[in-house]
Amino acid sequence: MKQFLIFVQKEFYHIFRDRKSLLIIILMPIVQIILFGFALTNEIKDSDIAILDESKDVATVEIIHRLDASRYFNVARYLHSQADIEAAFKTGKIRLVVVFQNKFRENLLHANHAQVQLLADATDPNTATTVTNYATSIIRDYQNDLTANAPLPYQIEPQVRMLYNPQLKGAYTFVPGVMAMILIIISAMMTSVSIVREKEINTMEVLLVSPLKPLLFILSKAIPYMFLSLVNVSTILVVSVTLLEVPINGSLLLLMGEALLFITTAVSLGLMISNVTNSQQTAQMISLLGLMLPTLLLGGFMFPIESMPKPLQFMSNIVPSKWFFIIVKDVMIKGLGFKMIWKETLILFGMTLFFLTISFSKFKIRLA
Amino acid sequence: MKQLSFLLEKEFRQVFRNPAILRSVLIMPIIQLLIFPFAANYEVKNVLLSIVDHDHSSYSQKFISKITASGYFILTDYSPSYNKAMESIESDKSDLVIEIPKNFEKDLVKENKSSMLLAVNAVNGAKANLGGAYAANIIRDFNQEIRLDWMTFPAFNAIPTIEITSSNWYNPTMNYKDFMVPGILVTLLTMIGTFLTSLNIVQEKESGTIEQVNVSPISKTTFILGKLIPFWIMGLITLTIGLLIARLFYQIVPVGNISLIYLFAMVFLLALLGIGLLISTYAETQTQATFVGFFVMMVFMLLGGLYTSIDSMPEWAKWITKVNPVAYFIEVMRMIVLKGSGFADIKYHLLSVLGLAVVFNTWAILNYHKRS
Amino acid sequence: MKEAVITVNKLTKKFGDFIATNEVTFEVDKGEIFGFLGANGAGKTTAMRMLCGLSMPSSGSATVAGFDVYKQTEKIKQNIGYMSQKFSLYEDLTVTENIRFYAGIYGMARPAIKEKTAQLLNQLNLTPEANTLVKALPLGWKQKLAFSVAIFHEPKIVFLDEPTGGVDPITRREFWNLIYQAAERGITIFVTTHYMDEAEYCNRVSIMVDGKIEALDTPRNLKKTYNAKSMDEVFLQLARGAKRSDD
Repeated sequence: MKQFLIFVQKEFYHIFRDRKSLLIIILMPIVQIILFGFALTNEIKDSDIAILDESKDVATVEIIHRLDASRYFNVARYLHSQADIEAAFKTGKIRLVVVFQNKFRENLLHANHAQVQLLADATDPNTATTVTNYATSIIRDYQNDLTANAPLPYQIEPQVRMLYNPQLKGAYTFVPGVMAMILIIISAMMTSVSIVREKEINTMEVLLVSPLKPLLFILSKAIPYMFLSLVNVSTILVVSVTLLEVPINGSLLLLMGEALLFITTAVSLGLMISNVTNSQQTAQMISLLGLMLPTLLLGGFMFPIESMPKPLQFMSNIVPSKWFFIIVKDVMIKGLGFKMIWKETLILFGMTLFFLTISFSKFKIRLA
Repeated sequence: MKQLSFLLEKEFRQVFRNPAILRSVLIMPIIQLLIFPFAANYEVKNVLLSIVDHDHSSYSQKFISKITASGYFILTDYSPSYNKAMESIESDKSDLVIEIPKNFEKDLVKENKSSMLLAVNAVNGAKANLGGAYAANIIRDFNQEIRLDWMTFPAFNAIPTIEITSSNWYNPTMNYKDFMVPGILVTLLTMIGTFLTSLNIVQEKESGTIEQVNVSPISKTTFILGKLIPFWIMGLITLTIGLLIARLFYQIVPVGNISLIYLFAMVFLLALLGIGLLISTYAETQTQATFVGFFVMMVFMLLGGLYTSIDSMPEWAKWITKVNPVAYFIEVMRMIVLKGSGFADIKYHLLSVLGLAVVFNTWAILNYHKRS
Repeated sequence: MKEAVITVNKLTKKFGDFIATNEVTFEVDKGEIFGFLGANGAGKTTAMRMLCGLSMPSSGSATVAGFDVYKQTEKIKQNIGYMSQKFSLYEDLTVTENIRFYAGIYGMARPAIKEKTAQLLNQLNLTPEANTLVKALPLGWKQKLAFSVAIFHEPKIVFLDEPTGGVDPITRREFWNLIYQAAERGITIFVTTHYMDEAEYCNRVSIMVDGKIEALDTPRNLKKTYNAKSMDEVFLQLARGAKRSDD
């Protein structure tokens, strides 16, 4: 036990000696969570739109005014002919062109029928769908107001209730997501690099001939990094609650416990990576390039998993962050208890065991 | 400058001897480009729906069949009460609850007015937004149909209606891959450009070989050029592979001029390599270089406009995107590949990235000291 | 006729409060083998790095090959060779490729490099290993190769920073033969070491203790002055008072 503590101490020395790295590891998650918590949102606001108004009457001016006044749009340009549309899209910034046909108001009031065309830049299909939807409902509102004096009969009024996230803040999804991503990459990378470094500078042999048992050796490597990662979790949570106003609705203890489990998973993954590589550069390439995109794309916080093709949905199951993301969402935002997340917990636990088993069996082979 | 040829020869030999670099320049992009575009799909379909029907009338039935036939929703369960439906939401078995009140039909017919409750799981804002909007549209249509049923024709016709037609330009089939493939390609180029350069130089620092170069009369510009050119060429190779995959596998043929993509990529890579170089001048160990590289990369990627729209970012974040070469390239890729924009349309982007390239590289050269 | 190729006057390097090299003053003559001795951490490497233009002096003055270490480092670099204790060949390049690379960045032309490489490999008995990766060579060979690479472009002076660490006595002997051959061709040798037997091979030796030069003379004179049988004893007498030891 005493030897073990000495080993742990040695790892801490390594970490604290390298001030620059330590500073980066502590500060980076804070900056990232603030940056992404505020900046990332799937909502659309202030999209630049252009107007082609062939009518220029009271009605079109009113609609244009309403579009501009809404938080979704910013009328950036007025076009003069159909030919301008193409050019407006091509320079990049215009997401939607609203075209009013000639004699708009006249048609609307006398023929009871007028036409508006919404042309969206669908190079980004998501934005295109959303801006079209918003513009449609603004114009519909205008239409309803026209008839406000004589209310429509047989009216169904939908009452919409946004559960858990009434302001539809992006941070509610991105905080758990970015947290999962930062934790897994940092923990896995730190662990794998620290072990591979010992291989590179040949101190590994010295350690291996020491009387410390392999299990303890690996543990002594893992503990300091788990500790650092827990520090990261805490700072991320503090920043989320104070600055981003993302609540912790569930039990903090449960959340920290689950975070610890996830960190263990990540550290075991790092151990496994270190067992299959021999240079720091390769270890970094694997843990960073190999984890970054899969976590980002298959973790569930960027893209809805249920919209993916079946093989990818299946693949997403082996991404540990996916499960942690669900857990954090459930505990932190929805305020659910362990009863609702035991399945995800079990899966993370299983993954951890799997990574550890592989690491140990490989480790013994090398000792032999 | 004669010395440059020796530097280049050495770098290329080292690269070709290092399977890890070759893997990350050639194989990794191929695999990631073949898989990930399928994952990157924001399209919200299959919204899971729970219905609480207290009315059990013909109208409520009609509405339920209308919403389930729309294609956006999957009806997961009929719940007897709102609380039961909430349990489905908690366990992620449903995303949206629609509660139809008792006397829905009666109120509608007699009182001219009725309501309906839509409760959306808004943890995922995007899905909530779209799911809610779809449902609201369906309710509106349903409402219209009922009105048509009950009202006499002329009376109805007296209401002024605005007919809204919409069309989606450049991507009428709303294919996400057209949008994501060029974007992911840019992401891959970014990783390669930034990481390989910074790790390469820091590795020379760690092994001490850089010192041997520093005592030689070689100028620092020559040395840095010797480091930049190989990775610059590798980046262009990756780009070529990526464009080939886009063409052969995803049938994405750039509408615009392909040489314009290359022109932009050349400047873009210069900026990225400058960043990699800059990181390496500050980092002492490979670990430091990787952590900083990871940080910079995440910021560049997530604030690059590929995953979430730059329009909706707060003002200060928009300023960050102004010094983010990735944001420019992703936009330019879309403009050239999908819209067929020409040189005049992208010249502002090109100049900005060129400016960034000059700044990053100058900074790196100034900060690279041959002596301490 | 003696001609000084290195002149050093009160050269000092501070890192914060720590004075690594404290007002050292000496001269090295052309063609001389100049030994720079001291315990680990005595400031030898720092002094050498200043002379090579790798480290900026804090105060004092020095010239190398007639050029100033403050302003003319690039000129100095054209006239020196350098081999550090940190091993400085590229492990993932072959023997020939390493030679070609280093000769190239010193501005030699390709045909000249080719011709001289063949000559050198022959001389070192490395011809069969010409296309072997350096990481596959034994340490002693690597060191001999690194030295040959450092003087490949025929510099006026070559700086060797603990060149023979970790090799057996026979290999060290062979290494010193290479040094003698170079000195005979007129190359000035500036070598740091903590092997005292190596000190005996030098023309003159300086001994650094705690950043200062405590003694400077020929090995014979030093032994006489300190009434010692070997350089080892001289060194022990001087180093006994040292406050700084290992790093």
